[in-house]
Amino acid sequence: MNATAVRAGFLTSVQDLGRTGFREFGVSLGGALDAHALRVANLLAGNEESAAGLEITFGGLRLRFADDRIVVWAGGNFDARIGSTSLPAGHPALVRAGDEFSIDSPAGGCRAWLAISGGIDVPAVLGSRSGDLRAGFGGVKGRPVRDGEEFPVGENMPRAKVLIEKLRTEKIARWKPPHDWSSTARRAPVLRYLDGADSGRFVESALQLFNHEGFFVSPDSDRMGIRLDGPRLERSQDVDLLSEAVAPGTVQVPPSGKPILLLNDCQTIGGYPKIAHVITVDLPIAAQLCPGDRVRFSKVAIRDAHALLHERERNLEQFRRGLEPHFS
Amino acid sequence: MEITPLGDSAVLIRVVENFDDAPDDALTQVLATKRALEAAQIPGLVELAPAYTVVALFYDPVRAIDAGASVQNVFEWIEQRIRRALSEMEEIQANRIEGSLVEIPVCYEAEFALDLEHVARHAGVHWKEVVDLHCAAEYRVHCVGFTPGFPFLGGLSRKIATPRRDVPRKEIPAGSVAIGGMQTGIYPIKSPGGWNVIGRTPRQLFDSQKDPPALLRAGDRVRFRSITREEFERSTM
Repeated sequence: MNATAVRAGFLTSVQDLGRTGFREFGVSLGGALDAHALRVANLLAGNEESAAGLEITFGGLRLRFADDRIVVWAGGNFDARIGSTSLPAGHPALVRAGDEFSIDSPAGGCRAWLAISGGIDVPAVLGSRSGDLRAGFGGVKGRPVRDGEEFPVGENMPRAKVLIEKLRTEKIARWKPPHDWSSTARRAPVLRYLDGADSGRFVESALQLFNHEGFFVSPDSDRMGIRLDGPRLERSQDVDLLSEAVAPGTVQVPPSGKPILLLNDCQTIGGYPKIAHVITVDLPIAAQLCPGDRVRFSKVAIRDAHALLHERERNLEQFRRGLEPHFS
Repeated sequence: MEITPLGDSAVLIRVVENFDDAPDDALTQVLATKRALEAAQIPGLVELAPAYTVVALFYDPVRAIDAGASVQNVFEWIEQRIRRALSEMEEIQANRIEGSLVEIPVCYEAEFALDLEHVARHAGVHWKEVVDLHCAAEYRVHCVGFTPGFPFLGGLSRKIATPRRDVPRKEIPAGSVAIGGMQTGIYPIKSPGGWNVIGRTPRQLFDSQKDPPALLRAGDRVRFRSITREEFERSTM
């Protein structure tokens, strides 16, 4: 069955957990900029956590369904509805044939992820359904979703069917998920980071500035990276490096001295010195940064980054177990 | 050998210190390192990506912890496994690392060669000599990146090395063959770029429907062959 994007909104694309195994050929990781949000939404929709959903930027999406589905969204401070009924983040809801899901421009943050039971069933390309919008493949024909576009939705899994039956009358689940979804949008957030692989190539004062000062998000930011305005970060040597691997979270500094925080669609290699790496658990907060937002950075140790990631994973496992009664 | 964290889920393994002195040797050692790490089956390994003097190893810290790493020492645990795998590495046999030889047909005619005159002026030679020199050398792929399938080729004649353009072009057509400093490369998809375009190939460098999706990978050897406009048209039909 299909779903139809009556209105596609500012920028909506199909994303899953990304594409691994092809970095050596220059293929970006891609995938939901907040993979954790998509995993949570998928679990609540009765999907595998890696199912493809929609990444919605700045809202404006109106989606109509052709059959019964569970939908769940998570992300920033959005106002979402099914018909005229408000749908809070992190709550499974039943949509019927002809129902419309809509999501307005956000009061805070800029992105939301929508899971649909059955998952979006566009063909997997190089092991992923994510749209690589820069290289033009994956997702819906390698580009953003357009107004009026139909795309295929997979068959509901048995557990989703159980939930659909349970929600026949109340429509939106009244039960609380094991943990409530709280918006990932923050006012003037602090992102934690590890020392950059090239921090030795910056003057000491640049490293100190990076660890305290505020930076502003520049308008030419996208899924490849967040460009930041602020104090100029001086390099100690003005030699360009041979290109080597970069990754989402890497903060690189071009000759302008203005740092760029790389996100999932970044190139696989880069030649600018790397001053820092934002830790994985804080990338969902980075994914909500909007042009003009202020952001600061704070250094942590790698063991803290790993402990936080491990804790998040354990919490997700508990969350998964806590959901079981609702699917049986 | 220096092993540096690239954030909390990857490390950079600097295999050799210097590239310019012996680029071919660097490539051989980088590829041998990648091969040894592939064989080592390090728990939590996601993928390996070589470039110039460095192999990047991507890992999943949670899987490493599940496999026995202490939460406090995941990086050290990974580092130890990398060092162990590399200490057991066999003597490098360069002939076993040689990649395949790929011939790339290129049409150097003016319509495609936006900067051929500029490269010729910079070198102080006739444009035909630029083409001859570009076709005479055998190149090696040191790295694939920038855009999917873009090969960075070493082995360019110093005579036609040309600095990148001050202002990059917003759009370079797919298939464009270009010179950037001491390197030459091919733009697989339409993209912005700052290299000097000297021709165009009808061959497809990247196809997301194929596995592997790129025509070239690090270690492969490349030769360019000059073709006419007619041959170009025939091979794109």
